Amino acid sequence: MSSKGKVASSVAGERINSELFTLTYGALVRHLLLDLESPEEVNKQLDRMGQNIGVRLVDDFLAKTNTTRCRNFKEAVKTIADTGFKMFLGIDAKVTQIGDKECKMVLNDNPLIDFVELPEKLEPLSYCNLLCGVIRGALEQVSMKVEVLISKDPLKGDERFELHMKLLEYINEEYPFADD
Amino acid sequence: MSQRGSVLPSLVDRHILTSKTRNDVGVGAFAFLFSEIVQYSQTRVSNVSELERKLADVGFDVGVRMLELLVHREKAGKRENRILGILSFLHTNVWKNLFGKTADSLEKGTSADDEYMISDHDLLVNRYISVPRDMGHLNCGAFAAGIVEGVLKSAGFPARVTAHSVASEGLSRPKTTILIKFAPEVIERDEKLGS
Repeated sequence: MSSKGKVASSVAGERINSELFTLTYGALVRHLLLDLESPEEVNKQLDRMGQNIGVRLVDDFLAKTNTTRCRNFKEAVKTIADTGFKMFLGIDAKVTQIGDKECKMVLNDNPLIDFVELPEKLEPLSYCNLLCGVIRGALEQVSMKVEVLISKDPLKGDERFELHMKLLEYINEEYPFADD
Repeated sequence: MSQRGSVLPSLVDRHILTSKTRNDVGVGAFAFLFSEIVQYSQTRVSNVSELERKLADVGFDVGVRMLELLVHREKAGKRENRILGILSFLHTNVWKNLFGKTADSLEKGTSADDEYMISDHDLLVNRYISVPRDMGHLNCGAFAAGIVEGVLKSAGFPARVTAHSVASEGLSRPKTTILIKFAPEVIERDEKLGS
């Protein structure tokens, strides 16, 4: 109980093999498909799990990087693309078509989908839905309500992986009104 | 540049031959994902051993695929057919690929002929997990045990694999020991093959 020092030795930059991550994610998706009734349910569950991750991941992210407060959607999106993806997934992401409220983000390489092939009957499954939840959950913690959708997916035959993000509103921190 | 209908060779095949670990992911990504898996599993089970079973099942899937991948990459497609061979493959190749280092020790059980142990002082999956008191004997190393079981089973060495925490002197945290108990036919076969 006394020595807590060892925990601190895991530095910000520690990396692990992406294959463990990829295969573990794949195993999770498989188990969700077995546990839940429909691919749509799996999408929802993945999104929910992603959100839980995002909510906690943002702390980790802010603690380990020198990111200052993002003032607006544009800045937040750039931070995610430049630092966030690099730090957690080790990949580069590029923001394209950025506007005040909407943007598209292209991931050059998505480790989640390595070794994956979607059978035809799983067409409705959004395999990487976890990512959407993560981004949403993380941005929610910095007062931005966003909607994230996968707009292009190599698993469905597209050339690259692309996320479509849309800002819904800035959450007012002082007066948390109940949602409609 | 072949004239292929689809854009890429196939997502499935693309990375199989790259032997060096490509763009590694942050340890946080895995830790968060794993903790979600644990939490999700917890909602679907009623006791600790079921939870361990569930984690092991997830690990099993990883193990099966890891064997395919590593045998192809590092063993030129040759599979092990001896107990010692497959164990050292686990201890060295599999561990290195999954956790970035070889396991701390590989021992043969002293009490029974069919038992072997792989131990790790700082197992990645246990690093970020503190077990609540009311779930005392839970060991998330069950996930790693599942991986080992998956590798062994699909390599043709059915075994019962369990994870245990072993307190050891001089260490702040207990080490994780993965106990492997081979099925009788595996031992028999190994004896037949002789030395």
